[in-house]
Amino acid sequence: MQRSDILKKINDIFIDVLDNPGIVLSDQTTAGDVEGWDSLSHIQIVVSVEKAFKLRFTSREIQSWANVGEMIDCISSKN
Amino acid sequence: MKVFSELKKNLKKDFSGFRSVKVAILGDTATQFLAQALKGEGYEQQLDLLLWEADYNQIEGQVLDPGSSLYDFDPEIIILFRSSHKLLQKYGKLDPGAYNTLADKELELIDRLTGTIWSRSTAKIIYYNYNEIDDTVFGDYANKTEMSFLFQLRKLNYELMKYASQHLDFYICDISSIQNRIGRRVFFQPSVYVNTDMVLSLDVLPEIAHSTLALIGTLKGKFLKCVILDLDNTTWGGIIGDDGMENIQIGSLGIGKAFTEFQYWIKKLKNRGIIICVCSKNTESVARQPFKEHKDMVLQMEDISVFVANWENKADNIRYIKSVLNIGFDSMVFLDDNPFERAMVRENIPGIIVPDLPEDPAEYLEYLYAQNLFGTASFSNEDKARAALYQVEERRKEAQMGFTNEDEFLKSLNMQSLVEPFTKYNTPRVAQLSQRSNQFNLRTIRYTEADIGRIASSDEYFPLVFSLEDNFGDNGIIAVVILKIEAADTLFIDTWFMSCRVLKRGMENFALNTISSFAKEKGFIHLKGQFIPTPKNDLVKDHYQNLGFTETGAYWYLNLNTFKEKKCFIQFKSSSYAKK
Repeated sequence: MQRSDILKKINDIFIDVLDNPGIVLSDQTTAGDVEGWDSLSHIQIVVSVEKAFKLRFTSREIQSWANVGEMIDCISSKN
Repeated sequence: MKVFSELKKNLKKDFSGFRSVKVAILGDTATQFLAQALKGEGYEQQLDLLLWEADYNQIEGQVLDPGSSLYDFDPEIIILFRSSHKLLQKYGKLDPGAYNTLADKELELIDRLTGTIWSRSTAKIIYYNYNEIDDTVFGDYANKTEMSFLFQLRKLNYELMKYASQHLDFYICDISSIQNRIGRRVFFQPSVYVNTDMVLSLDVLPEIAHSTLALIGTLKGKFLKCVILDLDNTTWGGIIGDDGMENIQIGSLGIGKAFTEFQYWIKKLKNRGIIICVCSKNTESVARQPFKEHKDMVLQMEDISVFVANWENKADNIRYIKSVLNIGFDSMVFLDDNPFERAMVRENIPGIIVPDLPEDPAEYLEYLYAQNLFGTASFSNEDKARAALYQVEERRKEAQMGFTNEDEFLKSLNMQSLVEPFTKYNTPRVAQLSQRSNQFNLRTIRYTEADIGRIASSDEYFPLVFSLEDNFGDNGIIAVVILKIEAADTLFIDTWFMSCRVLKRGMENFALNTISSFAKEKGFIHLKGQFIPTPKNDLVKDHYQNLGFTETGAYWYLNLNTFKEKKCFIQFKSSSYAKK
C-alpha cells in the first residue's frame, strides 16, 4: 500500500474516532496539532488502526511515534 | 451491539426525557473508557447516568473516609471494579504460606467496604466479579491445590455469589461470564493494559457496559415479563399444518434436539416467573394438538398463559395478548424465526423486544444466551405461580361475560382482602411489585427489599400490604400503600401501587376505606396524596380526584372528618395488622 493511501486511511480513522470531520493529517502532524488527540484517544486510534490494517503494534511502538509520519512508517514496515 | 466508538459518540446526544440515575464508579485500574462506555450505553437503554468517577485506584480512600466526595455525591448505585489483575499482583506479594488465604482476605475487605458504604449511604452496590486469569504456575494441578491463584480466584467468585445472596443491596455484574463467552484474547489487550493500566479491551467495553446498564435498569424497574412464542420452526421444527403431528421435529434426534432444548429453556423461564404466550399463524385446533398429544413436547398447555393461533396479523394478536396481561409492550419479547413477521411486529409494536433469531435453529440458544435478556432485581415464590394466575384471570373474564351488571359480578366473586404490615414473608413480593408496577403507581418510587426493611423498622411509616382472594383463587399480594407521618394531623401517601391484574374490582375503594379508618384510629385528620406522572402511569392521573380528594398546589388532600366510606364488594379479612 502506498504511503498516501495509508495516510488517507488513517485520516479517516482520526475523523471517526475524534468525531471531527475537519481533521487533515500530514506526516508532520503531532498530537499537539489535533484537538482531542490525547493519551486516551490515542489508544482508541491505535486500536482502530490495528483493526483497519489487520495488524498489532507492540506496546513500545504505541508510545514511540513522534508524529503521523512515524506511525505510517511503522504500519508500512508491517505490511 | 454497538462498538465502543459508537457508544462514545452517544455522549454528545440528547439524554433529556430519559430516567436519570446517580452512579458512582470506583476502580483499582483506569476506568475512564469504562465510564464513557457506561454513559454511552445509557443512551441505548434510555437511562441518563449522572456519573461520578473516582480518581485512579481510590476505592479504599473514598469508601473509608466519611468526608469523601463519594458521599457528597450521594449516589444511588456504586459500581466497584476490583480487577483480577490487581488481585494477581496482591497474590504475588503474599508470603507463600498465605497464598491459600487470598480469597478469605479479599472477602473480609469487600465486607468492610460494603459495610462502610451502607453505614453512610443507602446506595446499592454493583460489584464486578473476577474474570479468570490462569497463571499456569501449577498447570491443571491448580484445581487440586488450594494455594493456587486459580483456586483462590474461583473460590472468591463463588463466595461472592453467596455474599450477594445474603446481602440484598449487593449485586454482581458477571464479567467472568462475559470473558467465558467472548474469550480472554478479546477481553484483554496487553498493549492497552501496558500503556494505560486499563484491563478491559475496547472490544469488551460495550459488552460490560451492556450488562451493567441492564442490571441498573432492573434496579430501576426495567425488565422483561413475558415471552411470546411463534410455533412453526421456532418452538418445533417444520410446519404443523403441512407436515402433521408425526413429522414435526422435536425430540432427541438431529435438529429436533435444538427445538427440544429451546423448549426446556422456555420452561425454565416460565418456572422463574416469565409469562409464556403463543402467537402463531395456524388453525387453533391444529396448533394446540402437539401441546396435548406429542410425547416429546416439553411445553404443555398449562405453561402457556395466553394462546393465540389464528390467521390475523401478529401485531394485532400481540395487542390482544397485552390486553389480557395488562403489561407494557416494552416488557415483552417476541421470538419468531420469520424475518418478515419480526419486522412487521417491530414496526407496529413500539418498545417490544424482537431478537433476530439466527437462521439455523441449532444456534437459537447460544444466540439467546448472549442477549442476556432476563435480568431481574428480585425473585419471589409468586414468580413460580405466575402462569397459573394469568390462566385464572382468563377464567374470571369468561365468568364476567355471564353478568350484565358489574356490581352483581363483583358480588359473585366473594372477594376478601387481607391487610398486613411489612413482614419478612411479604417483603420479597412487596419489593418486586414496587419494581414491576408501572401503570397503577402514583409516585413510582422503587423500593428494594432492603428499603422495605428500613421502612418496616421506622416509626415514621405505616405500610399496608393488601392481598386479595376470591372464588377463583388467591391473587396474593396485589397492592401496597405506604403512609408517612408528615404532621401531627396529616398522613402523606408516600406510595400507592397496585397490580393491574386486579383493576376494576373496587380495590382502590377498599384501599381508601382501609387507609382512612386506619388513619382515623391513629388520630390523623388529613390524607395528603401526590401524582407524579411517568410515561406509563396515565391510568391513575385522576386517581385522587376520583376518590374525592381536592387539589391544592401539587398535592391532593382528603379531610377524614367528612369522608364517607366508598362502595365496594371486598370483605375485610381478619388481619394480622390489628394484632400487631
